Amino acid sequence: MSKALEVSNLTVAYGEIAAVRAVSFTVEAGEIATIIGANGAGKTTILNALCGLRDVRAGSIVLGGEDITALPPHERVRHGLSQVPEGRRLFGRMSVAENLEIGAYARSDHAARKHDLDHVLELFPRLRERYRQLAGTLSGGEQQMVAMGRALMAAPKVLLLDEPTMGLAPQIVDLVSDAVRRVNDEGVTVLLVEQNAYSALEIADRAFVLESGEITLTGNGPDLITHPRVRSAYLGYDA
Amino acid sequence: MSFNAVTSSFKVARRRKSPLAETLQIGALAGLAAIGFALIGAYVAMDKRHVVEDTLTLSQIAYALMAIAAGFVAGRDTQGRPSGSRIVLHGALTGLVAGLCVSALMLLMASVSLRSTLVAASPMLTKALSLGAPIGSLQALAQVPILGALLGMIGGVFAAMPSRYRRALTCGFAIVLIAGLFRDVFVSVLDNVPDFNGPEAEVFGSGGLNRVPALVLLVAGGIFALLRDRWNAGHNPARRARSSKAGLVLLLVGVLILPLVTNDFVAQVAMLVALYMLMGMGLNIELGLAGLVDLGFVAFFAVGAYTVALMCSSGPLALVDVSFWVALPVAVVLAAGAGMLFGLPVLRVRGDYLAMATLGLGEIIRVLVLSDALAPYLGGSQGIIEIDHPRIFGVSLQSPAALYYLALALAGVVAFISWRLQHARIGRAWLAMREDEDVAQALGIDPVASKLLAYTIGAAFAGAAGAVFAALVGSVYPHSFQLLVSINVLAILVIGGLGSLPGVLVGAIVLIGLPELLREFGEFRYLFYGIALVAMMHMRAEGLWPATTRTKENARA
Ligand SMILES: Nc1ncnc2c1ncn2[C@@H]1O[C@H](COP(=O)(O)OP(=O)(O)O)[C@@H](O)[C@H]1O
Ligand SMILES: [Mg+2]
Repeated sequence: MSKALEVSNLTVAYGEIAAVRAVSFTVEAGEIATIIGANGAGKTTILNALCGLRDVRAGSIVLGGEDITALPPHERVRHGLSQVPEGRRLFGRMSVAENLEIGAYARSDHAARKHDLDHVLELFPRLRERYRQLAGTLSGGEQQMVAMGRALMAAPKVLLLDEPTMGLAPQIVDLVSDAVRRVNDEGVTVLLVEQNAYSALEIADRAFVLESGEITLTGNGPDLITHPRVRSAYLGYDA
Repeated sequence: MSFNAVTSSFKVARRRKSPLAETLQIGALAGLAAIGFALIGAYVAMDKRHVVEDTLTLSQIAYALMAIAAGFVAGRDTQGRPSGSRIVLHGALTGLVAGLCVSALMLLMASVSLRSTLVAASPMLTKALSLGAPIGSLQALAQVPILGALLGMIGGVFAAMPSRYRRALTCGFAIVLIAGLFRDVFVSVLDNVPDFNGPEAEVFGSGGLNRVPALVLLVAGGIFALLRDRWNAGHNPARRARSSKAGLVLLLVGVLILPLVTNDFVAQVAMLVALYMLMGMGLNIELGLAGLVDLGFVAFFAVGAYTVALMCSSGPLALVDVSFWVALPVAVVLAAGAGMLFGLPVLRVRGDYLAMATLGLGEIIRVLVLSDALAPYLGGSQGIIEIDHPRIFGVSLQSPAALYYLALALAGVVAFISWRLQHARIGRAWLAMREDEDVAQALGIDPVASKLLAYTIGAAFAGAAGAVFAALVGSVYPHSFQLLVSINVLAILVIGGLGSLPGVLVGAIVLIGLPELLREFGEFRYLFYGIALVAMMHMRAEGLWPATTRTKENARA
């Protein structure tokens, strides 16, 4: 298998304080990887650094063999990286259709875009009903579908998801997890960040535990579910 | 946002007071407003304008509205509590207090000479406030509070009556006010109707409406509003949306035939409105669509104007003497180029810094044009004169009406381009950038490039406006390019509704057209702007004619 994403020695700081310290990890093409960690561990910071929304202090980011560390955010999209941001951050005053369209902003191939749009609407049939509605007026679950659809419209090779199940009802959580798995089955590499560790670990081929800006444990998902430290710290079992 | 939070917390605090104290406070506030209105000289100035001939002047109406508004607010705040009579009583009390404040001012002016510090505290003011009673008499002092109480009571009744009738009265009154205020415009229209001998002499007096027609209009307006209400109640929103479209069409038709049916003065005012619309649409691209706060907008207006001046003048400073139609595209391109050159370094900064930097640019251009170093080329404070009028098919466009159509045609072109841009890919990108810059970037939108494009297009539109301005006026001077121009344009957008094209039209009519037509407003123009802006923030923060996305959102929310 080839490496889809290779992060080495990534250090990101807010002012003097390093929120992410010398983090290295690799995601193989076609797999689902997950970073789990408590609130404030630095998960969002890592994803934003990958997208170029945070300057990195040290380290490198290699996407599909190409070093993208120095690229501005809008060019990273063209290299096949897109993110479903924490808290969804839809364009609330645009319709669902417009949100999806703008997801494909970086692409010019009209036919392929149309194809992907149909695909997204097939993945989330609910969005077809809500197609002309303003995104800001949707329910939380529907908004999450739009956020995922928007990111998929960029036709990413690697999809980053930041806590996609946050604040959702259990059956919607399942729906989102299923969608992630389906997208992955179609060949998109996924890097999933969660506090809600169980649902993430269940579907992950590879998992990293992030604590205070450092990776402290690595393994495959199902193995980590049974790991005593993970069980006590993230899954709420007594050790 | 924070402003709203402050005012609403203020309201909560106010509610806890006893109703009487509250009523007195409202009355005192209205009284203070009335005193301020008199002491800045507005009362005397607007007293010359008769809305209803020999019966009601504009300042009397302003005072009456203050009392009625105070009574209305007092009445509304006591509602839910006891009976209608109490509401009316509170209304009367506020009016009385407000009137007493004005009487106090009259007493003060009679006993102390305020004139050395407050020029407006003149005998003319005393005379105007006495309403024909002997100056300084008890009658003069007593009648204002009595009138105030009566009007306040009317305000209270107003608060207590069903909103249907309230709307009807407001509509009737607004029609009378408009007809009276714009007497000159209407008379000029009626003058142009052939075989229709002098109906204006019966409807209008020398300064405003005659009494009987005023009454007829009041009643007719009221009945119209009642009928419209009934009609609206029976129809669905889609139907109503269509009637708002009809409103737009009507407005456009009015705009098109305006100079034909009125006189040169009105055409000239309309020309100015069209010019500001051009600029407004330019700034609308920057601020309304891309969210860039630009306070130096006038700079590009100046570039366009001076380009045409240098290329089309028959005076000594002209570089060439070509047709306006050659100079116009050059002006647009140069203004766009200036926008791009300046935007490149400046657009990397965010928000407030951008406002500051552009503010500087506006001033730099003006100072440059004024400077001695450039005087041999740009004429310094003497400006450039003898700019040729544009010609079409060999006909020189000279009359205000012809020039108005020129400005309007350009405004139409610019409106079309704006509309296309707004609904194109780039328009989406601007909207996305404005809503969430980080996410927009992460989706592939180049922030600097898209902002630069907005800034450049906005500058190009401003350049077109400047070019038209030079051709309309026939001369350019540095003092035409002050910061105030930028601020006027900004105010137009805010009043009309950010990001809305019809809003630009409405804003330009309200902020540029009305003050020009009402000469008395001239020196109080910025006061009027201030009041209008604050009132808008409170009552209609989205503007008079908001952009559609906002209304849709409101409808669904
Ligand atoms: N904009 C910011 N400025 C300063 N500190 C920040 C900022 N964003 C996050 N942090 C800090 O960085 C650390 C990691 O935050 P974050 O990446 O959001 O964690 P997570 O996504 O795992 O909850 C936290 O200690 C947080 O307080
Ligand atoms: Mg986070």
